Amino acid sequence: MSASTVLIRHGRVIDPASGRDERADLLLQGERIVRIGALGDASADRVVDASGCIVMPGLVDLCARLGEPGGEHKGLLESELGAAAAGGVTSLVCPPDTDPVLDEPGLVDMLKFRARRLSRARLFPLGALTRGLQGQALTEMAELRESGCVGFSQAEVALADTNLLLRAFQYAAGFGYTVWLRPQDAFLGTGMAASGALATRLGLTGVPVVAETIALHTLIELARATGVRLHLARLSSAAGVALVRAAKAEGLPITADVSIHSLHLTDVDIGFFNAALRLTPPLRQQADRDALRAGLADGTLDALVSDHTPISRHAKDVPFGEAEPGATGLELLLSLALKWGQDTGLALPQTLRAVTSGPAAVLGESLGGLAASVGRLVEGGVADVCVFDPTPTWALTPGALRSQGTASPFAFDITGMALPGRVRATWVAGTLAYEA
Amino acid sequence: MRNPQLNAHGELIHLLSIEGLPQPVLTHILDTASSFVSVSDRDVKKVPLLRGKSVFNLFFENSTRTRTTFEIAAKRLSADVINLDIARSSTAKGESLLDTLANLSAMHADMFVVRHSESGAPYLIAQHTAPHVHVVNAGDGRHAHPTQGLLDMYTIRHYKGDFTRLSVAIVGDIVHSRVARSDIHALTTLGVPDIRAVGPRTLVPGDLAGMGVRVCHTLEEGLRDVDVVITLRLQNERMSGALLPSAGEYYKHWGLTRERLALARPDAIVMHPGPINRGVEIASDVADGTTSVILPQVTFGIAVRMAVMSILAGNEA
Repeated sequence: MSASTVLIRHGRVIDPASGRDERADLLLQGERIVRIGALGDASADRVVDASGCIVMPGLVDLCARLGEPGGEHKGLLESELGAAAAGGVTSLVCPPDTDPVLDEPGLVDMLKFRARRLSRARLFPLGALTRGLQGQALTEMAELRESGCVGFSQAEVALADTNLLLRAFQYAAGFGYTVWLRPQDAFLGTGMAASGALATRLGLTGVPVVAETIALHTLIELARATGVRLHLARLSSAAGVALVRAAKAEGLPITADVSIHSLHLTDVDIGFFNAALRLTPPLRQQADRDALRAGLADGTLDALVSDHTPISRHAKDVPFGEAEPGATGLELLLSLALKWGQDTGLALPQTLRAVTSGPAAVLGESLGGLAASVGRLVEGGVADVCVFDPTPTWALTPGALRSQGTASPFAFDITGMALPGRVRATWVAGTLAYEA
Repeated sequence: MRNPQLNAHGELIHLLSIEGLPQPVLTHILDTASSFVSVSDRDVKKVPLLRGKSVFNLFFENSTRTRTTFEIAAKRLSADVINLDIARSSTAKGESLLDTLANLSAMHADMFVVRHSESGAPYLIAQHTAPHVHVVNAGDGRHAHPTQGLLDMYTIRHYKGDFTRLSVAIVGDIVHSRVARSDIHALTTLGVPDIRAVGPRTLVPGDLAGMGVRVCHTLEEGLRDVDVVITLRLQNERMSGALLPSAGEYYKHWGLTRERLALARPDAIVMHPGPINRGVEIASDVADGTTSVILPQVTFGIAVRMAVMSILAGNEA
C-alpha cells in the first residue's frame, strides 16, 4: 500500500529559492512533494482547493523560544509548536537558554524527541557555546552536534571574555560549526530601552548603539581571524546594519537576522511605559528601523525572525523596568513579513524569501539531508508547505493566538495595526499540522 | 493614545507627570494653591474638602519628608490618611504590586499617593485601579515628581511673576533626576523661553535637548544672567565612581558658590528640592543666603499638594 496523497490545487505557488511564481498544483505523497505543475487529472486521497491562496514553503524561523524545558508555566512544546503550525512555521531554531541550559546532548535528544512526537514543526536547537552559558568553559560541541544542534549560541548572555570568545571561534571553525551570537556588549547592554530622547524623557536606563557596534567590531574581527561561520542575531541599529554590510562585502562567512519587532516598531511606541514593548534588543529610532527594513530587502540581513518568547501575563503586569523582556511572535511572523513587503513595495517572492530560503541558507549544511529542501518547494523534497490567503486582514485581539504567551506589542489595543494574510493550512513532512 | 491623566473632558483624574498637561491645567493648580496658602496661616488649619475620603500613602521607596508633606496636605483637607510603608511589608513577602493594589482597593481607598523606585510604576497603578480611585505620583524612578515640579513653579511665580520672560538654570545630576524632568516639562508648558540644563557630561546627556532645554557643560554658560537657579541634590552613591571622581571635585567645578551665583542676575533666586548636601552641590552661605527660597518651597509644597488632591477629588473618571 502506498503512502497517502494530498493534492493542493489551483493555488499561486511561490518558491522564493527557485523564483517559481505561477498558478500550479502540488502533489504530496507521504513525507515528500512528488509533483509541482498543472496536475488537472491527478487524483489523491485528499484534494485541497487553494484558489485565491498562496502555496509556499513552510516558514523557517531562526529564533523561537518554546518554554520547555524549565519554562512550562510560560509555554509548552504542544502549545508553542501548535502556534508555529498556525503561523505556517514548519522549521524553527530555539536558543539554548532553557532551564537547564542546552549544554548536554541528553537534554537536546529529549527535546528533539518530544518535538518529533508532536509532528507540528521541525525543531532545530542551538547548543550552548559555553557550559551553563556562564562564559567560562566550552561545551562538548561535537557531541551536541551529533544530537542535532545546528549551531552554538550564548542566547541573551553576553560574553565579556574575548580570550574565551577567540578559543570558541577557533574550536567551532575547526569543525565547520556556526556560532550564533546577538551582538551586545556585556557592560553597555544592560539598560531598559534604547538610549535616545524617549529613554531620557521617560527616565529609563539606556542601551546605546555602541553596545551593539562594539560587539560587532569584536565579533567580526574574531571571525576574520579564525574563519568561523558567524550568524549575528537580531540586529537593532542602522550602524549595525552598515557593519554587517561591509563585512559581507569583504567576503566573510557572516549572516544576520532582524526581529519582527525591530522591523516594525520604534522606541516611541513604548508610549506610557507599555511593558509589552520591553524587548531585547530594545526598540530603537526611526532611522534604525528604516535601515533594518532596507537591509532585509537588499539581503544584508538574511532572515526575519519572530523572536518568539512566551511570557506569562503577570511577568508583564509590573513596572516597565521590572517586566520580563520578550513577546509572542510565531503566529505573527508571516503577516508581519507581508506587511513589511507591502510597505516596502516588494514582490511577494522577495518578501517571502526572508522567512523561507533566506533563513534556510543560514542553516545551510547544518540541516544535513534536509538542506536541499527545507525552506523550498522542490519535487522530491520534504513536504513542508504553508497555504495562506493574502486578502483578509486580522487584528491581534485577546483569544486570537494559540501560543500560551499573549503579550505582544502588536496587540490591537496598542498599535491598532491590521495584519495582512491568514494561514489556511500547514503541512509538516506531509502531515497536516494545522488547518483553519 | 489618550493621556491617562485626563478624562474625556480633559480634566485631571490622576497626576502622573507634568508632560502632556495643558497650560490651563497647570495654571489652575497654581491658582488653587494660592487659595490654600492662607489656610496654613490660620488657627484652624483645615478645610473640609476631602472630609470622609481616604488617602493612602503608598511608599514603595522610603521618603519620610515627601510622605509627611502629603500627609499634612491631606489632613488639612480633612481626609483620613493611611500611611503604608510597603517597602518593608507586602513586597518583602513576595506579593506583586497589583496584588497589593487589589487589596488596598478593597479597603475603599479614594486616592493613592505613590512613590516607587521604577520609572512608570504609577502609570501601571492608575491603569489597574478602580475607576473612582485617583493616583498621585509622589516620585517614580528617574521619571517624574510632578508635585515637586508644581511647587517649584509656584515658587517661581511667587517671586518672579511672568514665566514668559525668564531664564532658568537647572544645575547638577539631571540624568537621574525626576525633579529635573518635571521642572523641564512644567517650565516649557508655562512658556519659559530659556531653560538650561547645566552639569558635567556624565550627568547631563545631550539627549536632554530633545526636551526643549539648552544643554550647558560649563557653569559660566549655564548661570549667566539667569533669573532662577534650581540646584539638584547629588546622591551619595553617585559622588564617586564612573559618573564622578569625587564630591570634592564636583564641588570645585559645579558647586553653587557665592562667586558663581554672581554670574546670574542680581535678583536671581536659588532653589533646591532638598535635602541639601552643603559643600557638595551648594555652599552653605548660598543655601542660607538672602536669595535662597529653599524653605518657602517647602511651605508652598503643602498648598500645592492640597490643590492637586482637591482638584483630583472633584473630577470623575
